Amino acid sequence: MKTIFDKSVNNRRGYFSPSSDVGLTAEVPQQFKREDDCQWPELSELDVVRHFTQLSQLNFSIDTNFYPLGSCTMKYNPKFTEVAARMTGFSQLHPLLPQLKQGETLTQGALEVLYEMERLMAEMTGLDHFTMQPLAGAHGELTGVMMMAAYHKARGNKKKYVIVPDSSHGTNPATVSIAGYEIISIPSNEDGVMDIELLKEKVTDEVAGLMITSPNTHGLFNSQIDKISEIIHSVDGIMYYDGANLNAVLGRCRPGDVGFDVMHINTHKTFTTPHGGGGPGAGPVGVTKKLEPFLPISRIIKADDGSYRLSYDHPKSIGYIAPFYGNFSLLLRAYAYILLLGEEGLRAVSNHAVLNANYIKEQLKSVYDLPFDRLCMHECVFSAKNQAERNVHAIDIAKFLIDQKIHPPTVYFPLTVKESIMIEPTETESKQMIDVFIEAMKEADQLSKTQPEKFAEFPQTTPVSRPDEVKAARELNTNYFSKKS
Amino acid sequence: MLIPYIANTDHDVEEMLKVIGVNSIDDLFVDIQPHQVPKSFNLPKGLSEYDCLKRIEQLALKNSTALIPFIGGGYYDHYIPAAVSSIISRGEFYTAYTPYQPECSQGTLQALYEYQSAICTLTGMEVSNASLYDGGTAIYEAVMMAMRINKRKKIVMDGGLNPIYRKMLRSYTHNLSIDFQELPVAHGQSDRAHIKNVLDDKTSAIILQNPNFFGAIDDHSDIIAEAKKHGVLVIESVYPISLGLLKTPGEMGADIVTGEGQSLGLPLNFGGPYLGFMATRKQLVRKMPGRIIGKTTDKKGRDCFVNTLQAREQHIRREKATSNICTNVSLCALQSLVYMSLIGKQGFKELAQTNLNKAEFTRLELEKIEGVNVKRSAPTFNEFTVELPMDASLVVEAMIADGFAAGFPLGQYYQGMERYMIIAVTEKRSKKEILDYAQSLKSVLEKLSSSV
Repeated sequence: MKTIFDKSVNNRRGYFSPSSDVGLTAEVPQQFKREDDCQWPELSELDVVRHFTQLSQLNFSIDTNFYPLGSCTMKYNPKFTEVAARMTGFSQLHPLLPQLKQGETLTQGALEVLYEMERLMAEMTGLDHFTMQPLAGAHGELTGVMMMAAYHKARGNKKKYVIVPDSSHGTNPATVSIAGYEIISIPSNEDGVMDIELLKEKVTDEVAGLMITSPNTHGLFNSQIDKISEIIHSVDGIMYYDGANLNAVLGRCRPGDVGFDVMHINTHKTFTTPHGGGGPGAGPVGVTKKLEPFLPISRIIKADDGSYRLSYDHPKSIGYIAPFYGNFSLLLRAYAYILLLGEEGLRAVSNHAVLNANYIKEQLKSVYDLPFDRLCMHECVFSAKNQAERNVHAIDIAKFLIDQKIHPPTVYFPLTVKESIMIEPTETESKQMIDVFIEAMKEADQLSKTQPEKFAEFPQTTPVSRPDEVKAARELNTNYFSKKS
Repeated sequence: MLIPYIANTDHDVEEMLKVIGVNSIDDLFVDIQPHQVPKSFNLPKGLSEYDCLKRIEQLALKNSTALIPFIGGGYYDHYIPAAVSSIISRGEFYTAYTPYQPECSQGTLQALYEYQSAICTLTGMEVSNASLYDGGTAIYEAVMMAMRINKRKKIVMDGGLNPIYRKMLRSYTHNLSIDFQELPVAHGQSDRAHIKNVLDDKTSAIILQNPNFFGAIDDHSDIIAEAKKHGVLVIESVYPISLGLLKTPGEMGADIVTGEGQSLGLPLNFGGPYLGFMATRKQLVRKMPGRIIGKTTDKKGRDCFVNTLQAREQHIRREKATSNICTNVSLCALQSLVYMSLIGKQGFKELAQTNLNKAEFTRLELEKIEGVNVKRSAPTFNEFTVELPMDASLVVEAMIADGFAAGFPLGQYYQGMERYMIIAVTEKRSKKEILDYAQSLKSVLEKLSSSV
């Protein structure tokens, strides 16, 4: 499709600002003015609306397709949360208002939402305190590891390493490194969980903590998780819970009850705030009492009279990590979702997510290699190694599925499984939809036996076929205006 | 228990359990040991959609959005054309995820390529990434990028940089060995003599802001030329709407440009989500953090778009990545792109000029009030600093009763500036609102000074 800049026509207009009714024209001295005009396109409103509507139709999305992207929790995003987020009482609220003298009275509803979210998340996770500030999951990780560092500093601990399992999300090692620690990577055992004997060998007084996803990225729950906590705590290390997979264990296991000290929650996963084509997200972080003094400021306090206010007087705090109070409109959507579901509904989320994943696992394990043949949690990881022997790889199966109008599962992650295919159906998909997916996966396997060469042509039904990624990197073109940048 | 977002019927559940070979859903959770179950899980009972929205509505009513805003501080009350919200409400956009499978994500990918292009022409730079969280984290990422490029450890912050960003930078780099030098605060242009003194061959980068937090417009070309002599990279944080008129960081010669994109079609939303943008020169693109979309061709030679240069990113490079960022703010980037496309080339100039006119009119009206000092040492755009004869926070508090969010008092962030506030005037403020505002300020000052 032509870009929006290709469609521009000189002097066409799509918008007029409110009139300048003040009767004067101010001037900026020439030396401060731009010389080259900004080349935003010149289009009518209809041109713009049609362009983007047509673009949208080139996407797969949850609203249009089954989207079993492992580790991403692509569940249905209820429409009523959009209504909540667009209420002008929230959407037009300036974030500096509560920082004015007596300004908190102007934003009591918004502060209540944040305070209530802190309490709800604490109860759901078994942790004591939460901050809503982190702007995404990875940002929550960074906030958590910064608090870990502040804790050790305050205790006079000399720490150098953070332990991360080899099956972790890439954000974990990246975060640790950016926060100034080095990584110790621990491989999984044959059951697909962290090898506790290897862990014991690697733990020294220089270990600051451990970051782990539970259930892990193999979709498996580690029954020894509290033993791992004991080992890490024995060297005054901090247990970090990557909450990416919290959606599997709502009401079944709380991080705070099995020894975790700090965690983040991806609201776009467990609490179904929209993924937006790659954000925005929100990454609330919870801590136990021992890390509470280090939480970022501002904090939200409920006064004796029931009113809410901002509090900045926390001398041990790691300081500001976001400009204000977090990605408020996402937090509001998550809040609305939690209120609607309630306790029973939240339990049902995990129950059906785990049921759907195990059903897929059982139906496909005769066809695809299953590296860890045991009950799984909310997702299951297969390997396409049998198909790969016929020269049909995980990526080829992914492209086949696109032609079946199904968004592919995650492929080539986790890195611990060769030719991995990671499937997360979520609780919002029906058995009937999942059966269609299972049939498509079986068909892909069948075709890999009869006509493996066909896979190179997939996908065929999309507006474009496989892009030339080498060319994209070599002849880098990232900007319409410089053509070759 | 039935909730509207779970489709499985009891019959479905029964069939699925049979296939799995267990008797109940509880049996699926046997890996969780009895001593690992929750000590409590006391959450409220669920609500119907109607009851839930009613509850949220009641909370919304406890917020005051009736005040006429003259408050900015980096976050502005601009009008957002209706088509923006209409487009980003399309499920095909907002319920998709990161475009890992390009063949079925061309809508998001092309939009992000167009977004990058719109940011490049806005800032006068050559390459842009596909967004970062916000304007503050964007500066932090720029600092980390600069240190990766020249391997130096000293960072100089100009006095005019938004104090919120300064605080964020301090937090993020607390555990890293960085020599931070904050230049003194002056509410005019950057202090050339001082900057010349602190820039040296150990300096990695200098961070500038235009217009600065106090509203002063500057041309940083000379500072940038001086920085280049020492191999110092220049990070310039900009307010995008001002670039409808003002000299771009590209024209000044900046190396890395960052900014808060909220004013490009995003509601204020009590603090987020916002949009961090970042652009740079093409030589530095491989050191830039965040997703980057590139144009290429498919097997049949058709134009298409992909995530490119992914070897910089955490999902490939893990601890060696340029940043830990994964999810960014794609939908906000799209939102800003729709806004920029509607405003258009000519509309943008007019929008910036209208902001300038209304702010200047306001300044001239306030000048007529006894005790109010609006003198300035540099030109301003749509926000400016005012000196009052008393504590500005008291004045702002008193003006709430007259229906105004009158400005942001500077005492909270700057000791000794208790009598100053910054006032923002966007295209939305009418002549009448401005005159009423001036009247309110005048009477509040009279009332407060007589009561002292």
